[in-house]
Amino acid sequence: MRDVAIIGIGMTRFGELWEMSLRDIAVEAALKCLDDAGTEHIDSVTIGCMSSGLFNQQEHLASLVTDYLGRRNTPAVRVESACASGGMAVRSAFMEVASGISDYAIAIGVEKMTDVDGNLATKALATAADGDYEAFHGINFPGLYALLANAHMEKYGTTREQLAEVAVKNHRNGALNPHSQFPREITTDTVLKSAMIADPLRLFDCSPITDGAAAVLITTVEEARKIGKHPLVVISGIGTATDTIALYQRKDILKMDAVQMAGKRALQMAGKTIHDVDFAEVHDCFTIAEIMVLEALGIVEPGQGGPATQNGHTALNGKFPVNPSGGLKSKGHPVGATGVAQICEAALQLRGQADKRQINNARTALTQNMGGSGGSCVIHILEAK
Amino acid sequence: MEVAKHWRETPERYRLEAGKCSKCNTIVFPQRIICPECGNRKFTTQSLSGKGKLVSFTIIRIAPGGFEDLAPYAVGIVELEEGVNILTQITDCNPEDLKTGDPLVAKFRRINEDGKTGMIYYAYKFVPDAGL
Ligand SMILES: [Zn+2]
Repeated sequence: MRDVAIIGIGMTRFGELWEMSLRDIAVEAALKCLDDAGTEHIDSVTIGCMSSGLFNQQEHLASLVTDYLGRRNTPAVRVESACASGGMAVRSAFMEVASGISDYAIAIGVEKMTDVDGNLATKALATAADGDYEAFHGINFPGLYALLANAHMEKYGTTREQLAEVAVKNHRNGALNPHSQFPREITTDTVLKSAMIADPLRLFDCSPITDGAAAVLITTVEEARKIGKHPLVVISGIGTATDTIALYQRKDILKMDAVQMAGKRALQMAGKTIHDVDFAEVHDCFTIAEIMVLEALGIVEPGQGGPATQNGHTALNGKFPVNPSGGLKSKGHPVGATGVAQICEAALQLRGQADKRQINNARTALTQNMGGSGGSCVIHILEAK
Repeated sequence: MEVAKHWRETPERYRLEAGKCSKCNTIVFPQRIICPECGNRKFTTQSLSGKGKLVSFTIIRIAPGGFEDLAPYAVGIVELEEGVNILTQITDCNPEDLKTGDPLVAKFRRINEDGKTGMIYYAYKFVPDAGL
């Protein structure tokens, strides 16, 4: 297997991009990525997208996006793993290069969610759950994560305020990110007084509906050294895992097995432990998700996700910064783009180009992207070399 | 065809039928072709008692499409006597009064419908078990 580096990153602004279409945002992110890399070389395209069929009545993105990127005849494929589609697309691009099939592979994550109304968008997202045995019974993703929040609060004594602190922290970071959908600080009170969606989760516990795209260009370390434009960012570990699609079928709903196993595999491949990691971008689709992911990855002990957030352990200036980008909560969550955007943020931090939200001496990053209620997970370890 | 999509779930939804692995006795709901525990492909049908206790629940305030008129309503995970879990609505109670560990029992109820003239979907919902 060849060693692999990221030589280009690009993102659209995240938000309600009414003036732009699905193909427009995918192409914009890809072009920014190529400009950043300083090369036009692409041997293959991988698109990560969850549900353009339901959001935009458009499938066949491999052809659509590659054509509008001006790359007719280039090999292209789309991968889907619900909200983990983006991270899985980067993994596919990594495998293209590591295997020697491509020298330059671009991964483009995209989701254009505001072409339908909120109700239809929620319905599209619900297809990431078990359709016949979860969604059929009138539960949606806020509801599924609420089941986790209630169980976590009962078992570990996690408080309602601790959940809120995840959102407050991520908005504080997101306020420093020019790509954020909601670049504004909020208070604990904002969260606690927002509308109840599914007890105990309120509106400000939930990530928003977002349009956006992100892209990364991947090549071999050898090629990247030749270009030599930035501090070199290598992908030293990748781990993926799956779990039951239905939350109710897990032996212990509070154990996110897919996250734990994907993390273990990625760290093992990189020859590292979690203590070697300087910061993480994690999948905070709901506040409780970030708390549970911290525990599953071993960043904190089981049950300590809430207190760790409250005492500033995961803040931008804390011992282990989590979601310096603002996370899904503040930056926005265009589902297929999210996993790629996490890697863009990690690369930016490792290059030392994250401006006001720059983490000091960031050398090793972990990005964690998951589908549904944890039915799939992909984790990348990135290092500055 | 939409009718077939729901009709084929009838054993689970109307009669609470699960599969029991003929090798390791694991019970799966819904039924499966291969046992997730031991890989065996032979199952017998196991009718579930419909009695269990509440593992975790939530009250849906902003409901997904088709369920708006029902909100607020409770949805939870119930662990049945047979040791298998099920996700279900919990009804015939004030959702605010529910507590983890509450005994519940399955009833046959209407879940949803396709407008005024479309299909009506039936399945189990759970209610507090008064022990009668
Ligand atoms: Zn078995």
